[in-house]
Amino acid sequence: MTAFSFNAVAAILLIPAGAAAILAALPNYKMTAVVNVVASLLTLLAALSLFITERPAPGQYLIIDDLNIVFIVLNTFVGFTTGVFSASYIGHELETGRLTAPNLRFYHAMYQIMMFGMNLAFVSNNIGLMWVAVELATLTTVLMVGIYRTHEALEAAWKYFILGSVGIALALFGTILVYMAAQPVVGEGTNAMVWSVLIEKAAHFDPALLSVAFIFLLLGYGTKVGLAPLHAWLPDAHAEGPTPISAVLSGLLLNVALYAVLRFKLLLAASPEAIGPGPLMVTMGLTSLIFAAFMLYRRRDIKRLFAYSSIEHMGIIVFAFGMGGPLANFAGLLHMVMHSLTKSAIFFAVGHIAQVKGTQKISEIRGLTESHPGLGWALVIGVVAIAGLPPLGIFMSEFLVVSSTFARHPWLAIPLVFGLLIAFGALVLRLTGLAFGEPRGGTAPVEASYVPMYSHLALVFAAGIYLPAPLVAWFQHVAGILG
Amino acid sequence: MNGLTFDIAHLLAGSLVLVSFMMLYQDRLFALINVFALHAVVLALSVAWQAYIQDAHHLYITAAIALVFKAIVIPVGLHRIIQRLGIHRDIETAVGIGPTMLAGIGLVTLSMVLMLRVTPEADPLAREDLAFALSIILLGLLVMVTRRNAVSQVVGFMSLENGLVLAATGAKGMPLVVEISVAFSILIAFIVIGVFLFRIRERFDSVDVGALDDYRGERQ
Repeated sequence: MTAFSFNAVAAILLIPAGAAAILAALPNYKMTAVVNVVASLLTLLAALSLFITERPAPGQYLIIDDLNIVFIVLNTFVGFTTGVFSASYIGHELETGRLTAPNLRFYHAMYQIMMFGMNLAFVSNNIGLMWVAVELATLTTVLMVGIYRTHEALEAAWKYFILGSVGIALALFGTILVYMAAQPVVGEGTNAMVWSVLIEKAAHFDPALLSVAFIFLLLGYGTKVGLAPLHAWLPDAHAEGPTPISAVLSGLLLNVALYAVLRFKLLLAASPEAIGPGPLMVTMGLTSLIFAAFMLYRRRDIKRLFAYSSIEHMGIIVFAFGMGGPLANFAGLLHMVMHSLTKSAIFFAVGHIAQVKGTQKISEIRGLTESHPGLGWALVIGVVAIAGLPPLGIFMSEFLVVSSTFARHPWLAIPLVFGLLIAFGALVLRLTGLAFGEPRGGTAPVEASYVPMYSHLALVFAAGIYLPAPLVAWFQHVAGILG
Repeated sequence: MNGLTFDIAHLLAGSLVLVSFMMLYQDRLFALINVFALHAVVLALSVAWQAYIQDAHHLYITAAIALVFKAIVIPVGLHRIIQRLGIHRDIETAVGIGPTMLAGIGLVTLSMVLMLRVTPEADPLAREDLAFALSIILLGLLVMVTRRNAVSQVVGFMSLENGLVLAATGAKGMPLVVEISVAFSILIAFIVIGVFLFRIRERFDSVDVGALDDYRGERQ
């Protein structure tokens, strides 16, 4: 049994790594797309098996606990559905000549390396290894954002690269400071970087050093989460890269960085004399929410619109985790899962829309529900969900965030609700233009599978109506761990 | 700790900050790259000295990487790229030299005040190293924000990474995995950048990031 459970952890790392090597060698793009989907599916199955198999004891490098299983399963699930979406999307890009066959080989190999990097970040028990994994995932996405090699794509990739590197450098400095704080207590060597060892002894660390370390880590990984004012790379990277990459950036990579922040937040919470991480996170979360809410009004590019919406939602999630306590943490976790599912579904829809209309400009896309009912209504459901209307899942998680804030710090609820309403107005305003009215733009039929898109939306809808008891229990348990 | 070993370590780390300052006022690309090579040499000496006093032999590898890769291979490569692209002209600094230097002094003061205050109990050498390292990181950031040229931003980024290496070697007994990863990430970063530079050149015959700035997807 132990041998098998070890294999599950190894599998979620080795399958993507092996698939990347195979994909780099395969010449035929149809075959690579299939291999990509199969590899993602196998990784998902391996991740699901983590629920039933016995967990290995935390080692010096890898760990599986209740917290990261949630992230891993979400990551591999969206990775798989995006793989399915990507197969049809990329085929179209090849036909229109925006990408060439060698580009695609590169793209698919990079996709699997990125999945490897993200999974490694989730399972790593070593804060140095986690840093390396986040960096790896970032670099691969930089390469994919720049894949079209147009003027705009290069600018976006360059900006993403520079800002991402600065963020990652600050995070490494924070990691070194954590090691410095741990070293007198834990002793020299690898053990002083092992998270499960650190958390046990955090109470004895020098609180001042740990506090400074957290500020660097929050700024560094916060850049990757896309928190204002460190978000400048995010809209460009979302708008100029291939749409499957926008979907995984929003749905997954932001979560990876958030996960890193949460791990260090736990470390800080275990040290009673260090600064409270809560107020910092609440401030950054609220700033991002309100800033992004206003920015939504001025967007003319459909992918940029939803990129700003991602900043908004990451703000809400960081706010919820910053509030802390079982209810707010529960709401934060739920919101994170719902946001990943909804936002990637929206990007799937947007990808097909941009392909049939041949443009990403909002003003040139009109009346989608008439010209392309399948796509149009998916977009409507997605935007209704992301704007936080009942009965979909995001309504529930936002409601929980707001009500827990009211219960504990009523004054903080005012800016929160204000931001939510502003964002809601912007999204509904844009949606009416996009989805209804006289159709404008291309009317070519969509040759794509709606399955990934609608399966995400169905999950979000189901979660809004009814959450199964085991899931609620699991989330409550994880929320308890998060303190 | 022996006074002399401490003083030498202090001298080398301090020189690294000084060389970072020298980068701030270089207004030609070749000069900037030469100063960066000097930065890497001083880093290599500093890391080697740390390896000697900590008796940590794996740090010699880090020192060797700094010397061979950052002080020789990268500067030579960048010289070639610049020649091939024909951009020997002045760097357009976004901010004047005077204000930049003043900002640099402010950043160094900030990092000294911050790091020395929060680490009163740490090993004296390590805390000095941390304070210097943070100064170098912040100065590297300053180089990046005051330049518009892609090559000089890359140089700024690499000097920032040098600060990280200094911090990592100053933290006694930090596992090797981190040093190698830092060196490795620089390698990757350089490859990425190389790819970018060539693509940018392919398309626009320019590596001035400012030239890319006119498009934001919003002003149409």
